[in-house]
Amino acid sequence: MTLRTRLLVLVSALVVLAGVGTASVLHASARADRRDHAVPGGPQITAGPVALGTRGRMIFRNMAWGPHRDELTSVPASDPSGPRTASKVKCLRFYAAGGTGVCLQSLHGPVQDTYRAVVLDSRLHATARYDVPGIPSRARVSPSGRYVTWTAFVGGDSYAGTNFSTRAAVVDTRTGRLTPSLEAFRVVKDGRTHHAADVNFWGVTFAADDRTFYATLATHGTTYLVRGDLRARTLTTLHPNVECPSLSPDGTRVAYKKRVKGLPKDAPWHLYVLDLRTLRETPVAEPRSVDDQAVWRDDHTLVYALPGDYGADLYTVPSDGTGQPRRISTAAVSPAYVTPSPARTRNPPPTTAGRSPR
Amino acid sequence: MYVADSRAGTRAASAEGAVRPRAGRRRAAVAPTVLALGTVSLITDVSSEMVTAVLPLYLVAGLGLSPLGFGLLDGVYNGFSALVRLLGGHLADRGGGRHKWVAGFGYGLSAACKPLLLLAHSLTPIGLVLAADRTGKGLRTAPRDALISLSSTPATRGRAFGVHRAMDTAGALLGPLVAFLILRATVDGYDAVFTVSFCVAVVGVLVLVLFVPGDTRTKAAAQTTEATSSTGPGGSTRSGPPPAGERPARTTPPPTLRAALSLLATPAVRRITLCALLLGLATVSDAFVFLLLQRRLGVPDRWFALLPLGTAAAFLLLAVPLGRLADRIGSRRLFLAGHGALLLVYALLLSAWHGTALPYVVLLLHGGFYAATDGVLMAAASESVPEELRSSGLALVQTGQALARFVCSLGFGAAWTAWGDRTALTVSAVLLTVGVLVALALRPTASEGPA
Repeated sequence: MTLRTRLLVLVSALVVLAGVGTASVLHASARADRRDHAVPGGPQITAGPVALGTRGRMIFRNMAWGPHRDELTSVPASDPSGPRTASKVKCLRFYAAGGTGVCLQSLHGPVQDTYRAVVLDSRLHATARYDVPGIPSRARVSPSGRYVTWTAFVGGDSYAGTNFSTRAAVVDTRTGRLTPSLEAFRVVKDGRTHHAADVNFWGVTFAADDRTFYATLATHGTTYLVRGDLRARTLTTLHPNVECPSLSPDGTRVAYKKRVKGLPKDAPWHLYVLDLRTLRETPVAEPRSVDDQAVWRDDHTLVYALPGDYGADLYTVPSDGTGQPRRISTAAVSPAYVTPSPARTRNPPPTTAGRSPR
Repeated sequence: MYVADSRAGTRAASAEGAVRPRAGRRRAAVAPTVLALGTVSLITDVSSEMVTAVLPLYLVAGLGLSPLGFGLLDGVYNGFSALVRLLGGHLADRGGGRHKWVAGFGYGLSAACKPLLLLAHSLTPIGLVLAADRTGKGLRTAPRDALISLSSTPATRGRAFGVHRAMDTAGALLGPLVAFLILRATVDGYDAVFTVSFCVAVVGVLVLVLFVPGDTRTKAAAQTTEATSSTGPGGSTRSGPPPAGERPARTTPPPTLRAALSLLATPAVRRITLCALLLGLATVSDAFVFLLLQRRLGVPDRWFALLPLGTAAAFLLLAVPLGRLADRIGSRRLFLAGHGALLLVYALLLSAWHGTALPYVVLLLHGGFYAATDGVLMAAASESVPEELRSSGLALVQTGQALARFVCSLGFGAAWTAWGDRTALTVSAVLLTVGVLVALALRPTASEGPA
């Protein structure tokens, strides 16, 4: 082949490939329009006020196509597949309790996306913002609304490189004090202080006393359930092979994902419930691998996300191992069953005690 | 493993810098094959780093998965890729220099994986696609380095590898930029990122096929090789490095698998592999260096992702000048000097100095370490490995080094856990000093670089 032929081949290939590439980018950017239009048969969504203190509502990130994609959306807790009310607030992950919300957002920078955690009041107004060092994954608020936590995946932005590591941060919304990583806490493992470079935490869940919390600790290739103490700044290991714990409203049990032997390496988890007094584990009746931090709808019911056509769908299953999983909502993720802030209100917000405007 | 193990984003300015050192140096130009291969690497790295940069985001935000499970798969594939590299090296040598076609297969395999990412929606298929992608990378690396080595003279080899590594790194820095521009221009445009990545990868393969010469040897040599390769004791008849004069007689023994393995019986090869292994055992992985730097300085989290960029930028800027220096003072000498720079990095991280210049100095030295060792090791190894086994030999040295660094990572992590970061780093510094001294002691008998 002469140089001229080769150049000709290269240039024609470049033209074709540039065409394909441009078409794919245009196609993906035109999707903005398509995704701004609701898919027929999808959930009915209207804009409206969404408040975190309204009893009997479930709030989540709406993933259905349409003008309100990715917005925080509220539905009646009793009819989660019913008509949706969309706020204008967009979040990747969300949680709320006691009139406080946490919304993990991405910010489109000139070169790269960055992330932040926004603390929301009961009317979804931002009260504080914090930088999040990586891709956010879990978010929780303590039942009183005082403490807020999130987990981010840090580094590991190369599949030719090392594993991902996680950072779990906790904020005291009353003082504004941020603990950027639970790694600052003392870890007590088997009765002794545990030092390790490879310690990672994720999936924090708070108890009602605004002092105790539970989380996942990973070290030396094993995960543990740890009980944390916000005042003593300690973490104590309780039980191995526990990820993304979620404390029941009565504080006696933890729902979590457990790695089960014999399952595929990439989808190794089953949902279990651990009784914190007896440390007895009960598998729930969900045969699929669940990669989510479950939410307790009440003391007997779990809600969690599984991959779906528009990203994720929400499912429910009894916590005692009986029954069957049931899909309650499509194109939805990060659910929270909101309750007004508890009666002992030294902390805001006063407006949420009763029914908010709807 | 090149430096750019974990880079996150980039700026165009640093990428432009890649080309600059070469400009205005026309008389010192490298072989067209090297430029062609550098272009292929640049284009391919744009393609692969595009995917790398958005993958965690795609998993978490696009698919709603947690990347932790993926991290677990990752370790398995890395070991696999080291073996594939040896295979690629061996295949390229067989039948007398199929380097281009083995490398081309590797590049092609990786390119073919990109559209498959569009179809994979859960971790297992994604993991399989990335494993295939990495197999392609493993296959192509040794033949590509052999081509660079074979198409340059011993006197310009350091420069040739320097130019190649600089172009490679430039591509790696550009990739994330392209990916994020696409994501900004689209709505959840991961499919567009993968499609564009595929198109770019195809261009890379095309440049390889069209502009890289097919065979560095004569047909006659290849035929002789085929004829004698079926039986016999393989390369055991040959011992010792070829004359430094390069391009020895074409009638060479058959590059059988045994011949490839018997390379280790060659004192010069054994020596350089041993050096690479020893020094690799004391080479603390990038992640740890950045983590230590962050701890020392309290670098805010959101800047943490920029640390690898600093090392990559220094690598990019220094690769060519240090490659030229290697040609002047000998690649083995520069290879050792590079480890001296790494030792200095350890020392600075251990020292009490807290100046504002610390991160810049550390990252510059760290990038300098890569610039003085990454391509330079290949240039040094080329001196000892006979031409017909070049690809296998380079693969052997690379794999040895990669495994040593892997062991070092495990050991360093354990030492950090048991004794704390400072002690772990002190131990590494001592090991590195010993390694450098041993390497120095081994050197006098080895053939020193070109005149």
